[in-house]
Amino acid sequence: MSELILLRHRDISDIGKFDGYEKVGGFETFRKVVTKMQPNEVTDIVFDSGLRGRGGAGFPTGLKWRFVDKDNWPHYLVVNADESEPGTFKDREIMEHNPWQFLEGIMISAYAIQAHTIYIYLRGEFWELAHRLDEQVKQLEKKKLLGDKLFGTDYSLRIHTHLGAGAYICGEETALLESMEGKLGQPRLRPPFPPSYGLFGKPTVVNNVETLTNVALIVEKGAKWYRSFGTEKSPGTKIFSLCGRVVKPGNYELPLGTTFRELIFEHGGGILGGGQIKAIMPAGASSSLIVANDEALDTPMDYESVPSVGAQLGSASVIVVDDTVSIDWLINKTAHFFKHESCGKCTPCREGTFWMSRLTERIHQGQASMDDVMLLHDVAKNIQGKCLCALGDFSAEAVISGIERFRGDFEARAKPSKALQPESEAVG
Amino acid sequence: MNQFQEKHSKEIAEILAKYPEDQKRSAVMPLLYLAQREEGYITKQHMAEIAEVLDISTTEVASVVGFYTLYHDKLEGPIRIQVCNDLPCALRGADEFLDELCENLGIKVGETTADGMVTVEAVMCLAACDKAPMFQAQTKAGISYHEDQTVESALDLIQSLREQEADNE
Repeated sequence: MSELILLRHRDISDIGKFDGYEKVGGFETFRKVVTKMQPNEVTDIVFDSGLRGRGGAGFPTGLKWRFVDKDNWPHYLVVNADESEPGTFKDREIMEHNPWQFLEGIMISAYAIQAHTIYIYLRGEFWELAHRLDEQVKQLEKKKLLGDKLFGTDYSLRIHTHLGAGAYICGEETALLESMEGKLGQPRLRPPFPPSYGLFGKPTVVNNVETLTNVALIVEKGAKWYRSFGTEKSPGTKIFSLCGRVVKPGNYELPLGTTFRELIFEHGGGILGGGQIKAIMPAGASSSLIVANDEALDTPMDYESVPSVGAQLGSASVIVVDDTVSIDWLINKTAHFFKHESCGKCTPCREGTFWMSRLTERIHQGQASMDDVMLLHDVAKNIQGKCLCALGDFSAEAVISGIERFRGDFEARAKPSKALQPESEAVG
Repeated sequence: MNQFQEKHSKEIAEILAKYPEDQKRSAVMPLLYLAQREEGYITKQHMAEIAEVLDISTTEVASVVGFYTLYHDKLEGPIRIQVCNDLPCALRGADEFLDELCENLGIKVGETTADGMVTVEAVMCLAACDKAPMFQAQTKAGISYHEDQTVESALDLIQSLREQEADNE
């Protein structure tokens, strides 16, 4: 395995303790940044490193920071720790086992955008984790690494955790901000984007946990060092959350551009029970289904290459599906998920996910015809591109790609079309 | 000052201090967690009291309670076993685990045991897909994760939670 940037606790056993992190140079970069560097110098390094948002969209982090409105104050940094995509479990490992590097990363990032307050928005289920982070923040305050006038400068910084309460949609950045403001977690119309109008109407950067955990080492070792990993357009390493029908599910930190084959067969130990791989969902339940042929398996996992086999890299939560699984069952699962998690604001998503889940259930129960399958396809197509946030689009990905790429699974499950049925069966 | 404020004045002050003074409404979620710790669910009176603390309407508080799945507005089993059976977990046997667990407890998914103690629910992804079958146990004390479970290990845990609850009564 290559050098670890994010999951360093696997190499350095006591990095989870403050003393252990300090021993490997922890918080020296933060001290240096606050006492010796201008905020825009920090942003420039992150921009030059080519770091892209790890929450799913892959937006260049340094560019997002440059968009922050400098004529409107105060600024906020909000850390998205709402990790809820089925198949994603990387941010939790970082915060549980390498928390100080995560905290130093967000502190440096806050300085770069001149925020004096950081909110970490954690999904409500991460209740124990939030309590641990609260304790760690108190420790940092005692060590004078957080608080007023740090290291004798004019810079002050505080960190607060904020727990969600069970809503997938709050991983969407504007819904997250609404939720933080004490409202229903429903997305906002954009523009304006958060760097100009964010939390409490103030310029706000929302970044994912994994994204910001890179920052301390990028600033310490430089953009060129970071670019020595990964590909030109997708630099760095990425945590691939591997799950589903594989022998060794888990988080694997690998350079961007590693192939699906290496992840699934070398690191993941191949298919559970020795079966045949059938499909891959590289971006969790929000993903299109890739047909797992040789071309797909040899595709590099980076932001540019995955679309060539008909999906997105997203948060790189790689769900592996083998030949014991029928795709009509699979899309029934994802459709049910999105019906449950649609926030109800936009009609195409609210109604569409409801009807999709009714249809997928009937199809899976063997009570539907191919006409119903094509109706489902039509409903899914009519959600896409018509909603305020990406949830609607995501809900349609697996359904559309599943029907188009694995039609045989649906034909095997379908009843004959009504038109072809004997009259006695069609009645009643 | 209402009853809720009197009882938790220190905690409420700490929570409010996290947010700008003119953005008190942000405290609605942490205050709801505080209220839920009392009875295991949020009463109508709690909602009215929290609304008063934050200068918003009771309806606005109630809408937050209704929107988020971790808030409960009625008393069910004090021990909630919430099994993830989303796609990644289901690919590793979570559906069978859930059915067997319920069968052993003599209930269907979503129901509460005859003694009123344990409710078993199917929930959405809990970010532990590599360690399925898994569930979270939600009690008044908070939420805990239990991963790589078998029906036997889950039943053992439920038994120890029952004993804890009995001791607390």
